[in-house]
Amino acid sequence: MPERIIVPFGPQHPVLPEPIHLDLVLEDETVVEAVPSIGYIHRGLERLIEKREYTEYVYVAERICGICSFMHALCYSQGIEEIMKIEVPDRAHYLRTIWSECSRLHSHLLWLGLFADSMGFENLFMRSWQLRESVLDVLEDTTGGRVIQGTCKVGGVRRDIGAEKLAEMHRALDPFEAQCRDLGDVFLNDETVKYRLQGLGVISKDEAYALGAAGPTARGSGVAMDHRETGYAAYGDLGFKPVVETAGDCYARCAVRVKEVYASIDLIRRAISEMPEGSLDVKVKGAPDGEYFSRVEQPRGEVVHYLRGNGTKHLARARIRTPTLANIPPLVKMLPGAQLADVPVVVLSIDPCISCTER
Amino acid sequence: MSTMAFLKRSPWILHYDASSCNGCDIEVLACLTPLYDVERFGIINTGNPKHADILMITGGINELNRAVVRNLYEQMPEPKVVVAIGICAATGGIFRECYNIAGGVDKIIPVDVYVPGCAARPEMIIDGVVTALSILEEKRAKMTGAAQIKDDARQAAGETT
Amino acid sequence: MTVNEEQTTIGVALEDLTREVKALQTDGYRLVQIGCTDTGGAYEVNYSFDRGYQYRNLRLTVGPETEVPSISDIYWGAFVYENEMHDLFGIPVNGINIDFKGTFIKTAEKYPFSVTRRGGDQCRNA
Repeated sequence: MPERIIVPFGPQHPVLPEPIHLDLVLEDETVVEAVPSIGYIHRGLERLIEKREYTEYVYVAERICGICSFMHALCYSQGIEEIMKIEVPDRAHYLRTIWSECSRLHSHLLWLGLFADSMGFENLFMRSWQLRESVLDVLEDTTGGRVIQGTCKVGGVRRDIGAEKLAEMHRALDPFEAQCRDLGDVFLNDETVKYRLQGLGVISKDEAYALGAAGPTARGSGVAMDHRETGYAAYGDLGFKPVVETAGDCYARCAVRVKEVYASIDLIRRAISEMPEGSLDVKVKGAPDGEYFSRVEQPRGEVVHYLRGNGTKHLARARIRTPTLANIPPLVKMLPGAQLADVPVVVLSIDPCISCTER
Repeated sequence: MSTMAFLKRSPWILHYDASSCNGCDIEVLACLTPLYDVERFGIINTGNPKHADILMITGGINELNRAVVRNLYEQMPEPKVVVAIGICAATGGIFRECYNIAGGVDKIIPVDVYVPGCAARPEMIIDGVVTALSILEEKRAKMTGAAQIKDDARQAAGETT
Repeated sequence: MTVNEEQTTIGVALEDLTREVKALQTDGYRLVQIGCTDTGGAYEVNYSFDRGYQYRNLRLTVGPETEVPSISDIYWGAFVYENEMHDLFGIPVNGINIDFKGTFIKTAEKYPFSVTRRGGDQCRNA
C-alpha cells in the first residue's frame, strides 16, 4: 500500500490566470481524491442589485466574467425583457447573435491556447491566441471594447453594425475559417496531442448527466444539450444543432470546442447574410414585477440568471448560476486516476472560469 | 552591477488575479502573445514569485486573497515593483460597493504603477510595464548604492582595526 | 429545430422534499441549480431541474432557523449549491456528502444574504 500524500494546488499556480485551490490526495503519482476550495474571487455581485437600478445592472452583469461578458449581459437583459414582456426588434436579435458568437469564438480560441499551453505545446498556444486577436479586432471595431463590450441593454442593443462593416466581416470569414481549420487540424489529428489527451479524465454520459455537467463538458460525453436549441435571440431563425462527441475524455471535450469554432463561424456568416433591417431597441418604461429563470448557452455551458422584480427600480433578487459551478462536481469525479502531471490538463478541460463561479 | 544591467529591459513578471472579472487577466496574457508579444523582449510571465521582478495584480482585495497577495509580494526578491492593473486594482472599481471587496491593492501592499481602464487595454498594460521598468531601475540603483556605502564602510572599518 | 422552453414552479413541503427530488431523478431530470431568495424574514429555496429544456422548480419556503435536508445523496453534485446556501445565507443543511463546514465561500461578512444579517462565526452546519 503506497503512502498517501496531499499536494496543495493553487491558489496561485501557472495553469490558468485565475486562482483556484485543489487539495490533491496522491498515491505515488496517481491522484486518488481531489477536494476543491474556492472563494478567492468572491466579490458579492448579487447584492449589488440593492445599489444599482435594473437597467444599470446590465453593466455589472457584464463584469461577472470578462470572457463571456456579452453573454452575461444578454442573459440578464433577456430575463428582464421576459418579465416586462418587451418585444426586442429583429435586428437587435441578430446583432446580439453575432456578438454572442464572436464572444464564443474568442473564448474558445483562448481556451484552445491555454489548453495547448497546459500540455506544453507552446507553439499552438501562440497560434491560437494570434487567431483570437482578429476576433477581438472585430469586437473592438463594432463595439469599442475588446473584452467588455457594453453594447447589450434591456430592450435591445446600443450600437448598430453598418452594411459596409458587415460586408467586410463576411469577406473576412472565409480566410479566417481556413486558418481556424488549420489550427483545429492540429488539435484533432496530431499524434502527440492525441496521445496526451485520449483516455484522460473520462466521464461517461450517464455520469455527466447525473452530475449536472454543462456545455462542452456534457457534450464531450455525448449529452446533446445546448441551450441555443431553444431559439433565443436569432438562433431560432438560423437553426442550430449541438456539436456532440461521445468519448467523454479530454480529447472529446477539446474536439467539441474545435468544432464549435467552425459552427460559430457558420452562424455568424448566416446571421450577416440574413440580417433584417429595422430599429435597434425599444423604449423601456416601468419596472419589472415578476420572476424568471433566464438561460443562455455560454462558451462554458448553460448559465442561469434568476431574476425577481418587485415593481421597483431595484430588483428583489438576482441569482446567477454559472456553468463552471455546475462543472465542479464532474471535475472532482474526473481527477481520481489521473497522473499528477496530467492534473493541469484535466482541470483545464472543463474550461474553468473562476470569476464566474464565485461572482 | 554590470551583469544586472543586461536584465533591465527584460523583467520577469508574476501575475496574480486578486478578484478581477478576468477581463484584465486575459489582456495581460494577450500582451505576451502574438500581436503585442512582449516575450520577444525577454519579458516572461513566470509562475514563481522568487523569479519575478514585477508583480502585476488585477482586481480588488477580498477577504480570502488578502493573505495570498501579501505572501506573494513578500516572496519576491528586492528590487520589486507592483503594477495594479485595471480600475478594480486601483480602487475596487465597479465592485467597490460589494460586501466582500475591501478596496484596491494598495490597501495591502505598496503599489508603484496604476494602469487605468475597464478592462485595461494591452497598450496601456505595456505602458505600465515600461513605467515600472524605470522605477525598477531606480530601486536597483538605490540598492546598489546602499550596498556600496555598506561595503565602503566595511572596508574602511577593516582597515582601521 | 427549435424546442420551446417551459418553466413551471410548484411548492413543496419540507418533509416531502427528498421524496419529490427522488421522483424527479427517476423521471430523468438533471439538477440545474439550487438558489435561495430572501422573502423578508423567510427563505425561498428553489430547486431547479431540467429535462429536454423543460424547466421545473420545486419551491421550498423555510424560516431562518429551519434545518434543510441535503439532497446530495440523490444528486451527488448538489454539494456545491448546498455549501453555498449555508455559507451565503446561513441556512443549516443536514448531511451534505462533501461538507465544507462554512469554508466553501469565505466572506468578510458572515452569511451576507441572511435574512437576520446577524453574522457571527458559528458554523450552523457543525
